[in-house]
Amino acid sequence: MTHLETELGKLKGDITGMFILVQKQLNKSIQSLLAMDKDLAREIIAAEKRVNAEELKIDRVCENIVALFNPVAVDLRLVFASFKINSHLERMGDNAKGIARYVLEMNEKFDTELIEKLQLKEMFSAANKMIDENIAAFENGDSSKARLVFEMDERVDAINFAATNIVADYIKANTDKTVHLLNLMSIIRKLERVGDLQANIAEEIIFYVDAEVLKHDKSFHNKL
Amino acid sequence: MTPKIETKNLQLYYGAHHALKGIDFSANANTVTALIGPSGCGKSTFLRCFNRMNDLIDGCDVEGQILIDGMNINDRYLNVDELRKKVGMVFQKPNPFPKSIFENVAYGLRINGINEKKILEEKVEKALKQAALWEEVKDNLKKSAMSISGGQQQRLCIARALAVEPSLVLMDEPTSALDPISTSKVEELIYQLKEKYTILIVTHNMQQAARVSDKTAFFYIGEMIEYNDTTEIFTNPKIERTQNYITGRFG
Repeated sequence: MTHLETELGKLKGDITGMFILVQKQLNKSIQSLLAMDKDLAREIIAAEKRVNAEELKIDRVCENIVALFNPVAVDLRLVFASFKINSHLERMGDNAKGIARYVLEMNEKFDTELIEKLQLKEMFSAANKMIDENIAAFENGDSSKARLVFEMDERVDAINFAATNIVADYIKANTDKTVHLLNLMSIIRKLERVGDLQANIAEEIIFYVDAEVLKHDKSFHNKL
Repeated sequence: MTPKIETKNLQLYYGAHHALKGIDFSANANTVTALIGPSGCGKSTFLRCFNRMNDLIDGCDVEGQILIDGMNINDRYLNVDELRKKVGMVFQKPNPFPKSIFENVAYGLRINGINEKKILEEKVEKALKQAALWEEVKDNLKKSAMSISGGQQQRLCIARALAVEPSLVLMDEPTSALDPISTSKVEELIYQLKEKYTILIVTHNMQQAARVSDKTAFFYIGEMIEYNDTTEIFTNPKIERTQNYITGRFG
């Protein structure tokens, strides 16, 4: 294995580690939301510092590889893609922290029936599955797995779209809980954003593996 | 930790020309240090101080201390032959002897009094393996060294330098006469060799310096302008002249 291959291998390991770290943050944020577990929410906020530190470390690794090794072709695409995936993952970590902040602000659990109706657990599950597919795609250089993520994002978008009317109707019937319900809507928006970020990451993985640029290419997404 | 090599206020004159101006430098064992800078900046002169190659130049005067393992080698009573057993050197152009591959590597060993066939064979094989050449030549050890490719000849010269088990290896633009594939092989070799050796390499190829070295020293008109970790030199040099040089704005 060449020196560059060793460094690229380390970079891939760092990105996979960042995926896992951020996925844990997201899992904890949903757990804290459903159980209204404020201790867990505080844990997420504290761990956000680790996510930020990891982002800075990976940025530095990418900069060093470009400066020292002048990678080309697939190696260059891997470094560029990693740089952007790193940024997307950090923002995903911000969303998990954002959910935790709402949990800290709220005083009561959400109505179980409403949670069911909003398909919040399904939305979270789809976001989580997207992360799993992206990890497998990135680790194995398998763009076919990354391409599955776009379809899952459509599902997350659909749940998000439907949520507006459901919450609006609920607010009309429960005007005393308006703020509480608006907070719930914000949380749904954050999960939707997580889905978008995973779709962005899938685009970067396809760029790395297949040298195909899908950014801003809505026709590709619509074909799915 | 005592540095493997060190210079203190090293001054070198070629007649009236002041070629090295008060160089204070140190490098630890098992590291690769790259010396970069424009032509005539003093980097090769500096390299050659460590095996006293400058002694061969008329009018050359060296002042200050040059230490290897804490011992000052800039001493007129030093046995230079003994020094050169400990300090191997690889030059810009491959310079194999007009002998067989085996005899090229065995040459230094024979000079050091090793003549037993079994020991010679073991040491030649070890050196060729360290130089990543063994697999390519193991069935043709009696073949003339002049008949193999330039890249193979250069790795043979590296094997020849390693055979006498030096503690320091000096490389003066070791890949400048090689094709890109051979260059890449020699660079990988340098990266692997630092596990056992301390390496000082002069290169005109800045990317090579970036790829192979742990530390980089930038020389300019006889001065060492900046010396730091290679990652720092190539991502955030502290001195503007270094930045201008590595970004191609001068030199």
